[in-house]
Formats: sequence, C-alpha cells, structure tokens
Amino acid sequence: MLSYKASSDSHGQDSSYFLGWQEYEKNPYHQLHNPNGIIQMGLAENQLSLDLLESWLENNPDSVGFKRNGESVFRELALFQDYHGLPAFKNALAEYMAEIRRNKVKFDPNKLVLTAGSTSANETLMFCLAERGDAFLLPTPYYPGFDRDLKWRTEVEIVPIHCSSSNGFRITIPALEKAYQKAIELDLKVKGILIVNPSNPLGTSMTRYELNLLISFAMAKRVHIVSDEIFSGTVFDCPHFISLAEALMDRQLENTDMWSRIHIVYSLSKDLGLPGFRVGMIYSNNETVVSAATKMSSFGLVSSQTQYLLSNMLSDKKFTGKYLKENQKRLKKRKQMLVSGLHNAGIRCLKSNAGLFCWVDMRHLLSTQTFESEKELWKKILGEVGLNISPGSSCHCSEPGWFRICFANMSEETLGVAMERIKDFAESVTSNRNRNISTYHQMICDKRLLFNKWVFKLSTNDSESDR
Amino acid sequence: MRLLSRKATCNAHGQDSSYFLGWQEYEKNPYHEIKNPTGIIQMGLAENQLSFDLLESWLANNPDAAGFKKDGESIFRELALFQDYHGLPDFKNALVDFMAEIRENRVTFDQNKIVLTAGATSANETLMFCLAESGEAFLLPTPYYPGFDRDLKWRTGVEIVPIQCTSSNDFQITAPALEEAYLEAQKRNLRVKGVLVTNPSNPLGTTMSRSELNLLVNFITAKGIHLISDEIYSGTVFSSPGFVSIMEVLKDRKCENTEVWKRVHIVYSLSKDLGLPGFRVGAIYSNDELVASAATKMSSFGLVSSQTQYLLSALLSDSKFTKNYISENQRRLKQRQNFLVKGLKKAGIICLKSNAGLFCWVNMKHLLGSNTFEAEMELWKKIVYDVKLNISPGSSCHCTEPGWFRVCFANMSEETLNLAMARLKSFVDSMTMTSSHQMLKNSRKRSLTKWVFRLSFHDREPEER
Repeated sequence: MLSYKASSDSHGQDSSYFLGWQEYEKNPYHQLHNPNGIIQMGLAENQLSLDLLESWLENNPDSVGFKRNGESVFRELALFQDYHGLPAFKNALAEYMAEIRRNKVKFDPNKLVLTAGSTSANETLMFCLAERGDAFLLPTPYYPGFDRDLKWRTEVEIVPIHCSSSNGFRITIPALEKAYQKAIELDLKVKGILIVNPSNPLGTSMTRYELNLLISFAMAKRVHIVSDEIFSGTVFDCPHFISLAEALMDRQLENTDMWSRIHIVYSLSKDLGLPGFRVGMIYSNNETVVSAATKMSSFGLVSSQTQYLLSNMLSDKKFTGKYLKENQKRLKKRKQMLVSGLHNAGIRCLKSNAGLFCWVDMRHLLSTQTFESEKELWKKILGEVGLNISPGSSCHCSEPGWFRICFANMSEETLGVAMERIKDFAESVTSNRNRNISTYHQMICDKRLLFNKWVFKLSTNDSESDR
Repeated sequence: MRLLSRKATCNAHGQDSSYFLGWQEYEKNPYHEIKNPTGIIQMGLAENQLSFDLLESWLANNPDAAGFKKDGESIFRELALFQDYHGLPDFKNALVDFMAEIRENRVTFDQNKIVLTAGATSANETLMFCLAESGEAFLLPTPYYPGFDRDLKWRTGVEIVPIQCTSSNDFQITAPALEEAYLEAQKRNLRVKGVLVTNPSNPLGTTMSRSELNLLVNFITAKGIHLISDEIYSGTVFSSPGFVSIMEVLKDRKCENTEVWKRVHIVYSLSKDLGLPGFRVGAIYSNDELVASAATKMSSFGLVSSQTQYLLSALLSDSKFTKNYISENQRRLKQRQNFLVKGLKKAGIICLKSNAGLFCWVNMKHLLGSNTFEAEMELWKKIVYDVKLNISPGSSCHCTEPGWFRVCFANMSEETLNLAMARLKSFVDSMTMTSSHQMLKNSRKRSLTKWVFRLSFHDREPEER
C-alpha cells in the first residue's frame, strides 16, 4: 500500500547514530534538574558564539521587524517565493563564503542555489548528477546522515573509499582505485566523489596534496566532485582551509571540463550555529546543474523571513569579520579542553584543526579489536558513563575503536563533567583489566602451584609449601 | 556516459508550459501604475494580497513574535538550534486549531498526525514518495494546477492520469469519469495508487459537493487506493455552499479507524489564505502512522525555518485574531471576486459560478477563432502580448475543452483590476468590431462579384454595410 521508501528502513535511521540520540532524548543531562542524565556529545552543533549573534540582533531590530530603513518590507517578503532567492541575500552569502576562504576564491551569486539546509542541497545534487544504478564514492569515515540524504529517495548508491589510521585517514590513490573497482564489480556507474572538507567526523581540513589527488582522479575518470564545505567556517588552526575551488584555480583549470564538474555545498548550520533556520546552498559552475537545482529548490526553499534577516547580518562586514575570528578562537579553546581532558584519561585523538568534534582513538579500551567490541564499549559509555558519543561504525569507519566526540554543543562546565566521567571510566577499565590480569595470573599461578604440589607429593611424598 | 541525470536534462520539470512562460513574459514587462502603466498585468498568480494590513497590524502589536522573544525573554538560542523534524510543538498545536477553525470545528485534528514541510509543494511531492513508486500513477481531475506536473512527477517518477471533467456539469467529478481514468491507467500499464484532488479546486474556484466527496470515498474504498485532498484553499471559501472537508465526510460516514480512513491524507499550507507563500509553510496530515512517520523523516529535506514556525505559532495561537482574520479575509475575497465577475460580464464574458479561491474559471469559448487548442493559444498570446494581461490558458491546466482561462483577482489593487477589466472590454469590443468588419469585407466581396456579374448583365444595386 505504501511505497518501498516509506515502509523499508532505507532511510538509514536505524543506525546507532540516531539511536544514541534517542536514548539521550529519554534521559537528557541537566546541570540542576538531571545531573546524572546523559550528556549529548553526538550532536555537531556550535553553541559557542550565539551571544555574538544575539547582540547583533539587538542592535539591528529592523532585520527581524521586517523593516528596511524604517519602512516595512513585510508584504514584499511575505510574497517572495522566487526560487532564484533574495538577491541581497545571495550577494551577502557569496561574499561571506569568499571571506571564509580569505578571499582566495570569489563566488558569483548567479551560480548559487539556495536550499533548505545542506541536507536538501546534497540530495538535490544527487538528483541532478545521478540516478538509480549510479554511485558516488565517499571517503570513510563519513557523516552517518549521508546514508539517508544521498541514497534514500534518489536511489543512488554510496561506495566507500576506505581510509585508515595508518596515515591519519587521508585519501590515497590505491584507496580511490579500489573503491572505483568495487563499484564496477557491483555493476554501478560511478558519477562522482563526494567529500566533506573539513571532514566530518575527522575534524581535519584536506591537504592540497589530497585535493590534487582527487582532482586528477576525477579528471581521469571524467566524474564529478561534490565538496561539502559546511564546516569551512570552523577552521580554527593551521593549516588554512583550502577549498576545492581554490585547488582547481591553482592548477589553472577554470574553463576546462573539470571546472563544470565541481560543486560546492555550504550551510549556515555549523559556523553560524543556525541549524534551525534551514539555510543551505549549492554552488556550481555548470549552468545546467544550476538551472535544474534551482527548479528543484522549489521543494525546499529558504523562508523569505529568514533570508531577509541573514542578508542584513551577513552584509555587515564589520560583524562577519569579527564573528569569524572570535568564533574560531572559541572553537580552538574548546577543542583543546576536550583534547586535554581526554589526554588526562589516557585517550588520544586525531590531530585536528577544524569542526565541532574530535575523532577519538579508544582502541585500547576495546576488549577485542572488533566492531562487536566497539558496540559493547559504545553501549557502556552511553548506559553507564552517560555520554552519547558516535561510534566509528556508524560512520562506516573500517577500523573499530574510533569515536566522534563533539565539544561545541555544551557549556564548559558540562564538558568538564563529561571529562570527569570519562576519566573515571577509563581508569576503571584499566584497573579492572589490571585486576583481571593479575587475578588471572594469580589464578594460573595458584593452579600450577597446586598441580606441582600434587605431582611433587605424588613423586616425593614430601609436603612443602611454595609461595 | 551521461554527465548529468535525466531529471536534470529533460523537461519533465514541466516548466516549459505556457503557465510558466506567461509568467516570464510578465517579468520582462511588468505593469506598474506609475513606472510602467502599459506593462503586462499579472493575473496568472494565485496570490492573496488583500489582507496584509491585518497581519501587519498584528505584527505591530506583537513585536516579540518576530523578535525571538517569549514573555519578554529571548528564545533566540533555542530557536536557532531547533531543527527537530517533529516540528515546534506550539506551532503544530496552533496550526491544527487553525485548520479546525477553518472547518468551523466540524473536524478537529491531532497534532501528532501533522508533518510540517517547506510549503505544499514539498508536502505533495513527499506524499508521492511515500505512497507510490516510480512508474505508478495518481488520478487527478482536470483541469488541475499546472505545477502538479512538476511537483508530483518530476523527481518521483510517478505518473498522472487525468480524470476528465467537462463543462456539461460544471466540471464536477463523475463516477464514469473516475472509472474511465482508472481503465486508461490500466491500458497504459500503470498501477493506480490513489486519487489527488484539490478542494476547493484550483483552477475552478469551487468547493467539492458532498456527493462528489462521497463518490470519491466509494471509489477509493472499492479500489483499495489512497486519496490526497489538497485543501490549500480551504481558508478562502467566501460564500455558500461552505467548505466540506473530506475528513468531515469520513466522519459522517463513521469511517474513523477503518482501513479507508488511513488512506486519506490532507495537504495544507499558509500560502493562500494567510498570503504567506514566502514563508514556506506547508503540512501533511495523515491518519496512517507509517505515512506520518516516513513523511516526518522526509521532511528533513524541506523543514520550516524555526524563526518562521515561532512567529506563526504566536500569530495562530491568537484566536481573537484568527477569528477576525478568517471572516474579514473571506469578506474581502468575496467582494473582489464579485468585482471581477461583474467586470467580465460587462465585456460579455461569463465565469463558472465559484465560491472560493483567488481566481475565476472564465469562459472565453466565444472568442476563439475555432473550437481548438490552437485557437486557444492564439487567443492567449493576443491577451498576453496585445491586451497585456497574463492569464492562464485552460490547456496549461489540462482542460479537455478549449476556451477556458483562469483569471486571478486577489493579487493586485482594485485600481489595477479595474484597468485590467477595461483593457479586456476594449479587446472584446474590438474583436466584435473586427468580426463585424470581417463580415462587411465578406459582404463587399459578394457585392463585387454581384456587380461584376451585373456588369456582365447590365444591373445595378446599392452597396451593403
């Protein structure tokens, strides 16, 4: 009676990523009301700089009051449903994106398509670039939401490019080739590669070398590259962020075929911390893609009320400059707090320079190097320690034991509590293990002793006590 | 290898139709009272611009709602972070109450069964994804909203098979028409998953009668299929008969909690009665848990901005305001529709008798050169380029009979509507004169022949006029 899409679990939301979220919802931590509740560390939100936005709003009441220079623009906005988007907003957005890239890249507002969040942008790009029977290659580990966003209604497949800890999870040529071959084996046509740069869940920005690798590969295979740069404004440390567009320009590939096969996705959900406002976008040099995506954006336009507010905010260059800097400063500090806290617990992370999370190495806490063990550990951390963190398996990581832990979606105090809990937990695991080990050894020694005694007794008829 | 998908490169987005082309012509040369008085008047856009003052005055009296404040306290953080696809509870509550109010509380809605979407455009597409596979079909009565060819079919791969309605009975749905459409689908090897109706109808501007609704319930029960009732214009019913929602009919037939009850889904939006198409607020209402659940997840692809949800939850929770708004808005729509009908009548043009919507379904068959769609296109082009009115030709709405046009009345000032009516009258008058002139020419030709004949026979007769 219903479609396959509605009645199956192809929405991908049965993964632990979403289940942990649900557990948190049932028993959420609150400093006062529920201090033993679960602390949410699985949500990549940026709550560190909302005060800066609030103060801007206070100083600019016209933007929320539907006014421009004291005159009401309510009617105009109420009626504005043009899928080309509010021109003032697209202009401001294009300039803001350039600012994030230190103006190494400029964006043309005519090539920008607004969408209701990057969730909508990514799905729309799939609809434009691929169909059933086609595949996109994605480096692992990747954002669990992609299994729904890229595949569910589009019926496009994802084939993973397996990355490993041996080189900091960087993309390599063999890994790319292997993934491409795998797709062929599965009878899938590879239409492109989708990367998230800076990476979710790794928190690292791609090196120029990696980007060049990808570009060369995409040129050789004549495929697209979609670069989801949603975390581009969260780069808080060196190396600087290099956009895919910048890498292409440095290779003088403008006006080549390849230029029209790269597409950038962006959103204001991460650096500006406004996921509720549903502001995403697609940027493409390919006219046909822009045209088709624009029409498709009818299915997820950005509220004109929101476009207006943000066009004013992002046009305020004094504000955006200050915001970007201050926000990155706070993210850096907070990340360092997490890294130190984990370090105190004897836990290391992948060295990162961006994002709202760290990619944490808990392999040493696994009882066995298996995903079952990872699941066990995750459940313990969720149920006993009271932290919702995301297991690497939900991100399709090829190695067990890695977890994504978010640091920007809670207060400093709460992060402190979380670090305490994890320290206690790690210590208990280690001491249990030591106890277990020494208990085990003791037991073995005792058994051996008894046996020896017995044998000795049997052979010498003497009684002596060892130990 | 194809570089882009078929969806991106074909024209299945349906936007090559005249409905959209007329819009484009208007964009190139838009009428403005002062700056461009000879420009094209937009009468092809079903927008409600009549009651903004009511909304603006509410906003002026309730600055907190737009200012991210609740009881004087800032809730900006909370809203900025709110992306839960279950929607803002306060908003859903206010919305279901508003929907019930529109139906004079003869039906009430459960806020747990409502799914928020970025406009009805998103809602309709999402329902297709939930109820049908690529290659299956939905039956739609003609004439229908041209946008459906894109919204229902483009990315979903679902087909539309028309239920042909005719002017012989004012375009109402009949049992034979339903059966015929069903058979047609089978002939085309398409599995029918349901029927989609817009009630009140776009482009007809009429509410469905109880007997039509009962017919539909019988039909979907017999075939075991779904019914989607797009009730986006439910708040625009301005005269009798009142609006009867499909839910009311099911209730009257004591169908709650039966199989068929779970197969009826309603779509709504604030774009028409509240006149807020820019805010992208739509909703799906379904009694089927699975549908509500799947649609909720799919709404991730088109959530309503939390900023907007909050503003509207405050607006719609103000029952004093909503009561006044609904009745005043309907009064103004009625007045404006009357104005259009009278203006058309002066030009010798009649419309389908209507009681809802933001447009009239206008009969211009008598102005066609021939009873064909080519003639309709000719007439339409004349009206767009010469008369400078963008109206929507019936063919773009898949009407089976040529000569009908949808003309909107609520998206302009009274003065502009006046001007449009004057232009139309001049046009019709000139057409009548032209056809008189044509008749004169024809009779002159006959005279000449006669004269020549007479010359040849030495007779003389006075010329005719």
